[in-house]
Amino acid sequence: MKGPNRAKRIPWTLVLFLAAALIPTLGSRYYTFLATDVVIFAMFATSLNLLLGVTGLVPFGHAAYFGIGAYVCAIFMKDLGVPFLPAWLFGGVGGALFALIFGFFCVRLTSIYFSMLTMAFAQIVWAICFKWNDVTGGEQGYPNVPMPSMAWLEWIPWVGDLRIDHKFFYLTLILAALSIAAMRRIVNSPFGRILTTIRDNAERAQFIGTNVRLYQLIVFSLAGGFAGLAGGLFGIFNRGVFPDFCYWPKSAEVLIMTILGGIHHFWGPSVGAAILILLNQYIVSYTEYWPFVLGLILLLLLFGLPGGVVGAIDGLIRRSRTLVGGRG
Amino acid sequence: MSELLDPFFLLGQLRSGLTTAMFLFLIASGLSLIFGVLKIINFAHGSLYMIGAYIAWNMTLILGRTSIGFLGAVVIASLGVAVLGGLVERLLLRYMYKREELYQLLFTYALVLIFSDACKYIWGTQPHSVSRPPILAGSFDFYGVRFPHYDLFIILLGPAIAFGFWVLLNRTSHGRIIRAAALDREMLGALGTNVSSLYTGMFVLAAFFAGLSGALVSPIKSVVPGMDVEIIIEAFIVVVIGGLGSLWGTLLGSLIYGLTLAFGILIFPRFSIFAAFVIMAVVLIVRPWGLMGRPVK
Amino acid sequence: MLECRKLHKAFSGFVAVNNVSLTVDRNSITAVIGPNGAGKSTLFNLITGHLRPDGGEVVFEGRDVAGRPPHKICRMGMARSFQRTNIFPRLTVFENIQAAFIAHGGKSLDMWGLSERQYRDETWQMIEHLALHGIAHSVSGEVSHGAQKQVELGIALAGKPRMLLLDEPTAGMSAQETHETIELLARIAKEEDLTLLFTEHDMDVVFSISDRIAVLHQGGIIAAGLPDEVRRNDEVRRVYLGGGMH
Repeated sequence: MKGPNRAKRIPWTLVLFLAAALIPTLGSRYYTFLATDVVIFAMFATSLNLLLGVTGLVPFGHAAYFGIGAYVCAIFMKDLGVPFLPAWLFGGVGGALFALIFGFFCVRLTSIYFSMLTMAFAQIVWAICFKWNDVTGGEQGYPNVPMPSMAWLEWIPWVGDLRIDHKFFYLTLILAALSIAAMRRIVNSPFGRILTTIRDNAERAQFIGTNVRLYQLIVFSLAGGFAGLAGGLFGIFNRGVFPDFCYWPKSAEVLIMTILGGIHHFWGPSVGAAILILLNQYIVSYTEYWPFVLGLILLLLLFGLPGGVVGAIDGLIRRSRTLVGGRG
Repeated sequence: MSELLDPFFLLGQLRSGLTTAMFLFLIASGLSLIFGVLKIINFAHGSLYMIGAYIAWNMTLILGRTSIGFLGAVVIASLGVAVLGGLVERLLLRYMYKREELYQLLFTYALVLIFSDACKYIWGTQPHSVSRPPILAGSFDFYGVRFPHYDLFIILLGPAIAFGFWVLLNRTSHGRIIRAAALDREMLGALGTNVSSLYTGMFVLAAFFAGLSGALVSPIKSVVPGMDVEIIIEAFIVVVIGGLGSLWGTLLGSLIYGLTLAFGILIFPRFSIFAAFVIMAVVLIVRPWGLMGRPVK
Repeated sequence: MLECRKLHKAFSGFVAVNNVSLTVDRNSITAVIGPNGAGKSTLFNLITGHLRPDGGEVVFEGRDVAGRPPHKICRMGMARSFQRTNIFPRLTVFENIQAAFIAHGGKSLDMWGLSERQYRDETWQMIEHLALHGIAHSVSGEVSHGAQKQVELGIALAGKPRMLLLDEPTAGMSAQETHETIELLARIAKEEDLTLLFTEHDMDVVFSISDRIAVLHQGGIIAAGLPDEVRRNDEVRRVYLGGGMH
């Protein structure tokens, strides 16, 4: 994470939040749509980075928990009539629970085997969602997820007059901000510090008294929980939940966002999510060959920007400081 | 249920299972080889396979539907993909050897994306198919089951290639060097072997077989976008079952997977979609290094 | 404090540790020496739980610990420093040691507090002790090898262990650094009521501070006792004389 250079104590986080809050005032459904997408994926990618950047685990099947959260939240709301907030929280619990079960087997493995097992489990979840017509709607998906009641949002002065999309953006922004804040707290806590020791040197971590597997399992479950929360929001946003929420390209997508932004900074994944989503929107309007462009971006990233976008920016800042004669 | 136990039906499934297994083996062996020596997990191997299929199809349009034409198409496709593989290795892949596994995989994934769209651009999204070469177009009767010659050819080709690899690896000086490289790259370099050429050569060889496999599959499966991803996932499962880096393990894994898929469908019709990943998960949980891999802790 | 009885470990037929029995007294400084390949690292791995013995026992402070997982043995009061520097390279020097305090302080499951505020005083104290003040905020993966070894030591000591195993603590150090490290070790051992068990190739180091020495050769102990006894032992001389006791 960032070193002890805190010269500029501008509360960037707050600034970002307020800036985001202003987006619906622009009045464009399109911008709000994009912003909601970005916020949800920022949350999803940050949850992945709890594993990747903080603990050093590389899961290929993180989307499974995203999907599980989406289905649980949607099914609870639509079939079981549960109000939004509890349903959403149950989505997170569902994600965490499955992550705990699958994680138990996965953390016993290392590196590529760990990654492959996470993917195998994710594909099994996908297959179940795909086939379990009665509960999940099967291949057709689970459509018409109801919008949550957002009357309570109207204490914010200008929200009452807004269309439903914009209201939902505020709901998403608030919930995502709380979730991301929680994740931040975890990363900066003693628990988070222990996770970084596991990332840097799992063997040594054992020899300072840490039960490495247990901690990996705990963070795996937490990450699954937050991914589930993101999924719950996405299911509503998307007006429907589909099996491909769990499918491996979704895992690849969030992995790319995280790495693109930079895994060694807390906000890296969020930045990566924003870049990828906005770039996607832009490119897709010109050509159908978005995968090709994405491939090129990846190559650029791998050969040119090893620390991701935020890593590169951070590097530039440090270098400019030493040039200008700051703290050497 | 009784039809399912009909011996003719079972025999037909056996044939189909074996054929699938052999195609998988051709791909998976390249994957296993690349992992064993270069220590890279080449997600783009399925793309090479797909490119081989597309080139073969394209060549049959030019060269005609004769047996010679088909042979030419297969040869050109295999060589073309081999050359492509060589270019990729020399220009891009070699810089990834020292990177972490995640980034290596991401690199090969980028290749998948690029190749996939390139194929769409060049050859369109409509499925294509190639007819079997006249020389292998017939079939014979095996206890009442129709057994296409082409399938038999494929089924025999698999072990033949496996044997060829085995001979290469264990009975030639080249093979000794390859096996040494798999164990200790730096040492080998210190002994004076041109390791980077060796790596290029290995990749080219694996690419050749991927292209060959794609070309040979074109009469059986339709050549269509998505075949790259479909085969690579299956190849991964095979390699996990058999053990990353083990040639005979890959053959064994291919057989197990191909046959399980063929017969599993009978027992549990909805099975196929699960089968692959459940097997993979079970193997990874119980014996992560596969049936014949080296135990890694 | 520590007693190994008839420890045995073989790898695919190759016997690395052959029926080794060793006693380490409380508050003593004991060295295990022997040529390369004698089995010193394997022995250490058996003691610290990294490897499970095929036979024999390891009794630490009266409790049988053979085959227990490393993190549990660590919690019982045994710490270890490694031959090749084994630190947390992306963390700063300060964070490395602080992490060790956090782990030993039982705060590892605290997800609410701020890690940077934990154990600040204790960490600074350790840093002063080890003369790492100048580089406390440097990324530990980027500091000199000698400094990394200091960090390594700091991590091991943060847990207030009762026994410390050191795997070649002065490997790769200059004469000056070696001297300082040895002085530090001897001082800490006295101050902190610590029992030391270490392996070394540098014989000056071994003979200057050890209370007892055990000599390992091809997996078995060929001599054990006071430094002078060992120095005079015929078999030990024979084993070492070829390469010379440097």
